[in-house]
Amino acid sequence: MAFFRSAPIAPLEYTRKFWMRGWVALTMLFLYAPLLVLMIFSFNDSKRNVVWKGFTLKYYEKALNNDSLVEALVNSLTIAFLATIISLVIGALAAVMLWRFRFPFKGLVEGTMSLPIIVPEICLGVAFLIFFAKVEWPTDLVWPLNLSAITIAHITFCFPFVAMVVRARLASFNKEEEEAAKDLGATEWQAFRDVLLPHIKPGLVAGALLAFTLSLDDFVITFFTSGPDTITFPVKVYSMVRFSVTPEVNAASTLLILLTVVLTFIALKLQGVKGIAETH
Amino acid sequence: MAGALQDWKSQKKPFAAIASLPVFWLALFFVAPMAIVWLYSFGQNAGPADIEISGTLENYKRATEWLYLSIFLKSLAVAALTTLICLIVGFPVAMAITFAAPKWRPWLLLGIMLPFWTNLLIRTYALMALMGTNGYMNKGLGGLWEGASWLRTLVGMQPLEAWTPVQLLYNNFAVVLGLVYVHLPFMVLPLYSALDRLDKSLIEASLDLGAGHFKTFMQIVVPLAAPGIVAGVMITLIPALGAYLTPDLMGGTDSQMIANVIERQFKRANDWPFGAALSFLLIYAMFILIALQSMKANKTKEVR
Repeated sequence: MAFFRSAPIAPLEYTRKFWMRGWVALTMLFLYAPLLVLMIFSFNDSKRNVVWKGFTLKYYEKALNNDSLVEALVNSLTIAFLATIISLVIGALAAVMLWRFRFPFKGLVEGTMSLPIIVPEICLGVAFLIFFAKVEWPTDLVWPLNLSAITIAHITFCFPFVAMVVRARLASFNKEEEEAAKDLGATEWQAFRDVLLPHIKPGLVAGALLAFTLSLDDFVITFFTSGPDTITFPVKVYSMVRFSVTPEVNAASTLLILLTVVLTFIALKLQGVKGIAETH
Repeated sequence: MAGALQDWKSQKKPFAAIASLPVFWLALFFVAPMAIVWLYSFGQNAGPADIEISGTLENYKRATEWLYLSIFLKSLAVAALTTLICLIVGFPVAMAITFAAPKWRPWLLLGIMLPFWTNLLIRTYALMALMGTNGYMNKGLGGLWEGASWLRTLVGMQPLEAWTPVQLLYNNFAVVLGLVYVHLPFMVLPLYSALDRLDKSLIEASLDLGAGHFKTFMQIVVPLAAPGIVAGVMITLIPALGAYLTPDLMGGTDSQMIANVIERQFKRANDWPFGAALSFLLIYAMFILIALQSMKANKTKEVR
């Protein structure tokens, strides 16, 4: 293996130095040990999480039979799905708008659009709490309409990220291609659909994955926006962690971590590791 | 590329079709809510569910009282310490990724990014489980303690007292550790992208001309990676300053940060105008940080 080749270490091969490797290994241990311990102990046949008592799936059974936990998970996935689709449309339109047109107050619009990324989550959460109270947004609608307030809040902080990623992709688009399509008789819409859209597709995929994870991950803004009866997965886990630590939380968390890993690997398949690295 | 931009007047219809939705959404669901918060910060409670916007500055005056000012300063100190630790831990990692064999590089990057994609609450919860009084961190410390005790008996001294688990959670240490844990990937990624663009032959030249690794690092690598360092610092400092979840779950009674105080005004104390004023002060603090960064960026541009 190349890792253990004993050729002399060149000056710039910092990564082959022992202390450097140790440092990276310790950092990775720091990042992953808590997650791995959590995942392993979700299979532990003991209420107290410290000693390994034997393998069991009963906490998964319990978690999946816990109706409010499952409902919270379904809510979270629904919100993430809806927020991703709508942010994708708005974000892509915003990116094309900024890339293609010159218009008055462009700097202002551009600056305002980057604000949801910068403004602290807590302030955005507070703003939505006040806003939805002020406009008296109904809270007793039927599913999935009762998720509308949370979904709107999620779209607001997701679409600027989509716009950023798509715009980076648009920078490499050759406008002459679009002009050529129009010269050959394509309408505005046909040129958009058949020339521009295929070009920005990788950006859209990356943006969608980013929006989906951001939405699924969000606790603070949802915490402020959710009414008394709408609970999402992070909010549910929060209340479970606060009041009682149960192995059920470990099991449910493991499922969500696995979902993240699967999503990351789908992204990998679609874009390659390098592609993902570039979107961050 | 400005010449390639189309004027909106010559393309009114496509412009309207493209621009209306994003602009409308931003105005209705971002600008309007923020504007209401801003107005509320100049208001006062006029009844159980009624807020009168009277133009008072009372909320801001109260926010600058020492009680709240000290929490603000403390949040800033905690965020700065977190950023510093992330920088110290993250820089060698970013260097290692940059100079790794091409075959390993993407996997190391993925290793940094995967936690970044994982749910924040789950990560905090996982760290808390490890740091509890009978968690693994305490066990590890207990093991070290017993080892030290055994070493003492070897050299003929009295053994140490039996190990009692220490309280690692619910204090300021836990908050900083938790914030570092959550924000480390934020720091490593911009550092990596700056180091990756750096011209490696400059480092080689410096080493060839007789500078040691440390001198090369301080005088060549750090100045050239400065934009990445600044970006990493900002991207870590800003969310750490507004952190809510980590101090709430891992902190004790004395480790509340500004976000927790804001939350209390809305969920428990029910003093919305004061909470609105505090959140706008937090936003202004962010603006100042960003302005400082762009001023610094402009200055370095002028020097070059």
